[in-house]
Amino acid sequence: MAAKAVKSKWDADLQVYEPHKIGLPNIKQYYRDLRTRIPFAVQFSRSGIKAAHSQTVFGQMWLVFNPLLLAMVYYILVSLLSDRGGIEYLAHIVGGLFVFFFISGSISAGAGSVTGGGRLILNMAFPRLLMPLAAVRTAFFRFIPTLPVYILINIVAGARWSWNMLLGVVFLFLIVVFSVGMAAIMATLQVYFRDTTSFLPYFLRIWLYLSPVLWFVEDAESRLPAHIHPFLVFNPLFSLIGGWTDLTLRGLMPEPRIWIAAFVWAVIALVGGALLFMSRERDFAVRI
Amino acid sequence: MLRQKPEPGEPPTVSVQNLSITYRTTFEKVPTFKSAIVRLGRGERAIREVLAVQDMSFEVPRGTAMGIIGANGAGKSTLMRALAGVLPPTRGRIEVRGKISSLLALGVGFNGMLSGRENVILGGLAAGLSREAVNQRAQEIAEFAELTEFMDMPMRTYSSGMFQRLAFSVSVHMDPDILLIDEALSAGDASFKVKASEKMNELMSSARAMFLVSHSLGSIQQMCNDCIWIHKGKLMMHDTPERCIKAYTTFLEVGENAFTLDDF
Repeated sequence: MAAKAVKSKWDADLQVYEPHKIGLPNIKQYYRDLRTRIPFAVQFSRSGIKAAHSQTVFGQMWLVFNPLLLAMVYYILVSLLSDRGGIEYLAHIVGGLFVFFFISGSISAGAGSVTGGGRLILNMAFPRLLMPLAAVRTAFFRFIPTLPVYILINIVAGARWSWNMLLGVVFLFLIVVFSVGMAAIMATLQVYFRDTTSFLPYFLRIWLYLSPVLWFVEDAESRLPAHIHPFLVFNPLFSLIGGWTDLTLRGLMPEPRIWIAAFVWAVIALVGGALLFMSRERDFAVRI
Repeated sequence: MLRQKPEPGEPPTVSVQNLSITYRTTFEKVPTFKSAIVRLGRGERAIREVLAVQDMSFEVPRGTAMGIIGANGAGKSTLMRALAGVLPPTRGRIEVRGKISSLLALGVGFNGMLSGRENVILGGLAAGLSREAVNQRAQEIAEFAELTEFMDMPMRTYSSGMFQRLAFSVSVHMDPDILLIDEALSAGDASFKVKASEKMNELMSSARAMFLVSHSLGSIQQMCNDCIWIHKGKLMMHDTPERCIKAYTTFLEVGENAFTLDDF
């Protein structure tokens, strides 16, 4: 008994570093490390947001200006180009666009998070997943000020209110989960293939047009031939953004297949992204 | 000097077993798309292996201040990064008992746009302190750095000496079990240097073990009670600092005078 106590005293803070080229670290241990280091990711993201506007006249007010200006740009675009009517269509565009910019912001910031954090990664040992997590947090905190703008435009557009709208939170949560996974995937990809961030803006722009941001879920179904419909859910954003705008804009309950697809895509992205990232992350320090 | 002594039957604080670390870097003289296509056509890959550490084994019991000497590119920093858990071993195994604090580079994680005070919080969290611990120590760190009114100014307005002073202050307020110190920790002016070396002595006396990488053989001799000499990734000698330094200087065929006893 005594011998056991002595042994555990010495092994209490034992760390073992062994080669593992392919393969995952101990998930339980990794999760514990991640939990204890979360305050760093929070502070890292917070100071990033603060530093980004530190030398501007308006400072943190840019977090509100950005979505307002963005909404204005699209309002001009809509009123000049579209024959689909003014403010209602704007509310639709803005609802989808703000959330899309959250996703694309997470993905592009996440892609650069590991390669951009070279000095940190080379000199500190911490779960590297914190880097894409901090990037997603930053994108999320840029997204939050757009919500009041969206709600305001929705009011002006004369939305019919419904309790269903509150269920939009579920889709927002799934979108956050999906973004974390995508940020982790892109961060890993960028380490091995540095051209990723150069391709990304074009890829994201195409994705924007293929997703129900400028159109509704049922538009795609009325315009496209029936045999293509089952394939629409293969675009993760078809269900994620489609469900979000259906609920928050129109108070319409999405079909079960939209719920299921959104949930499945969020889980696939998170689990796949985290596993890919974690299995490769010990290799990052060598490749930066 | 470290004051702690190993208890009977205690396993070594750090144990390095047959450690090898290989970097694989893509290396091309002309990194163009054309050469990439040509290479792909020939089925070649532009990868060069660097054997940074080769089959190294040693043990460090509690109370050891280990000096690491060797020429540039010997693998000293690679070894330190492996001990810190940053670089994974390619082969072999490292066992570490205790919390490691590494002074490998100063000011890691600092953001020049933010004030000194905010960077203390950020740097402390980056080094692995909890938020409470950082808040507790923030004042102490600020006082140690002696930056007074500059603490609330953005760090991009700091002189390089001031930057180093703050970074050093954050690094030494960590209470580690095992201390890893890479060379060139000289921070600030003459009076700050005295203060810094006093703080280092205090840290070392409470640490379980210490590793010091330095080209200043004087400080190795003065501060360490054990020494390894590595050359091109291989462990050449593991002995007392005096003998290692003697062998090392003979090997390089230069007198000890060539190594200026620059301050630590």
